[in-house]
Amino acid sequence: MLSIKDVSAGYGKSLAVHDVSLEVKKGEVVVLLGANGAGKSTILRTISGAIKPAKGQIFFDGQQITGKKPHEIVQRGVIHVQEGRGILSRMTVRENLEMGAFLRSDSEGINCDLERVFKKFPRLQERLGQSAGTLSGGEQQMLAIGRGIMANPKLLILDEPSLGLSPAFVEFIFESIREFREKDHYTILLVEQNANQALEVADRGYVLQTGRLVMEGTGQDLLCNVDLQQAYLGGGCTT
Amino acid sequence: MFIQQLINGLMLGSTYSLVAIGYALIFGVLGLLHFAHGEVLMVGAFMGLYIILWTGLPLYIALPLTMVVTGILGMIIQFLAIRPLKKNFHLAPLLSTIGVTIILQNLAVKIFGGYGTRFPDTIAMDNIMLGPYMVSSVKLIIMGISLLLMVIFYLIIKKTKLGKAMRALAESHLTAGFLGVNVERTVFLTFGIASALAGAAGVMIGVSYSAISPFIGLTFALKGLVVMLLGGMGNVVGAMIGGLILGVAEVLSITLLPTEVNLQDIFSFGIMIIILIFKPTGLFGSKQN
Ligand SMILES: Nc1ncnc2c1ncn2[C@@H]1O[C@H](COP(=O)(O)OP(=O)(O)OP(=O)(O)O)[C@@H](O)[C@H]1O
Ligand SMILES: [Mg+2]
Repeated sequence: MLSIKDVSAGYGKSLAVHDVSLEVKKGEVVVLLGANGAGKSTILRTISGAIKPAKGQIFFDGQQITGKKPHEIVQRGVIHVQEGRGILSRMTVRENLEMGAFLRSDSEGINCDLERVFKKFPRLQERLGQSAGTLSGGEQQMLAIGRGIMANPKLLILDEPSLGLSPAFVEFIFESIREFREKDHYTILLVEQNANQALEVADRGYVLQTGRLVMEGTGQDLLCNVDLQQAYLGGGCTT
Repeated sequence: MFIQQLINGLMLGSTYSLVAIGYALIFGVLGLLHFAHGEVLMVGAFMGLYIILWTGLPLYIALPLTMVVTGILGMIIQFLAIRPLKKNFHLAPLLSTIGVTIILQNLAVKIFGGYGTRFPDTIAMDNIMLGPYMVSSVKLIIMGISLLLMVIFYLIIKKTKLGKAMRALAESHLTAGFLGVNVERTVFLTFGIASALAGAAGVMIGVSYSAISPFIGLTFALKGLVVMLLGGMGNVVGAMIGGLILGVAEVLSITLLPTEVNLQDIFSFGIMIIILIFKPTGLFGSKQN
């Protein structure tokens, strides 16, 4: 569904990622791991058109989307939920959710997805009229993900959705992702620092180190990989 | 007497509001002070004047026509003087819009002459009695139209997709793009709307002052800026209310402080300095960039 071939990208003249190739198939949850500054967000921004790659190609649904504008990529169903949530803080919760459906005109489908968001995140429904800036961090993350759902994504890109949340909330977010995968059959590209939890919900994973891919494999493989455990995870293999 | 002055103040203020909304809108969306905004207003004043003079069309047709022309002018300015500039050089758009100011002013002097031009008397209408008060009907009409334009603008901002796209842009271009907003097109249309409102203000200033010159842009640009500061940088609702406040305050200052000199401008720029010192975010809070 999404395939990235030899992409190098960065800011101005300095490249942050080099020759990255990766793939996400329909229905998969793929996680991209790496330390701070490894270039994970840069890859995501390149996919969603905020950064033009210096080199390489990006395909979505068989079509080249390299160098397209963000709104053209959203139009194709690639929805990027930003790191730091990207809440429109001066708009209400309802307006934020409506903005998620900005390019849609199927009002029935929109209402249906709104119900779906309310069912997943009932707290949002209670706070519809409130300005989004007044939500707690966890609620803002729910809003960011809910807004992504409102776009009816073919590919949902989540950049560190558990960042800065309390353990209970982190648990809740991963539970939601598991549900997206098992019940809603979303295709998800996930960036996470909570590597162990992420690998448990993911089909496959890639590991990025200072801008280069250094490892890839199924969630289980990576969980049990000794080098990886020593380098980042510090957790344990459960099988 | 007081009511009459209040209406005069609201009339003047509502034109200030129209100018300031444009400033606030462009500042909100682009973080940019559009220096040539006053000249767009000046072009609007001349357009309105000549449409009425040459074609004899009534105000309610001349006004929307002028708004269309100035709206297009604003989009041309954005396309030629702002869009091509590199984003990370913040002074560039300020300088290039100053350049646009000079070009438009000199074109106007060349075409219309450097002296004041009178608006035709055809627009003059009888004064009407509002209870015991005599009020100029032209002023009432101007105030009515300005308030109507503000209501329409407010509804556009609050309810329409374009309005929501603009508000999203005002918070973050990156986020707006990720939500599917066509950033370039929305910025372009923002200039169109802001400039159409400035054109409307120009026509109404022309009608109420009955004389215009190529140099009126600066005066109203500065007033618009004061109003934006008063209402909060980038805050369009603040700009609407701020304009009305400044208009009323100016008119009352003339009435209540009778002197030989015209205190009006000293008064309004005095307000600006006081706000900058004590409440730099304006009365209604400003957009942080
Ligand atoms: N807007 C920017 N301008 C210039 N350099 C940037 C910008 N954003 C990121 N970088 C640089 O690019 C490199 C990769 O950053 P990136 O944000 O992709 O890392 P990351 O893997 O997402 O890290 P984190 O886990 O901290 O979010 C870093 O060296 C960073 O300093
Ligand atoms: Mg990141």
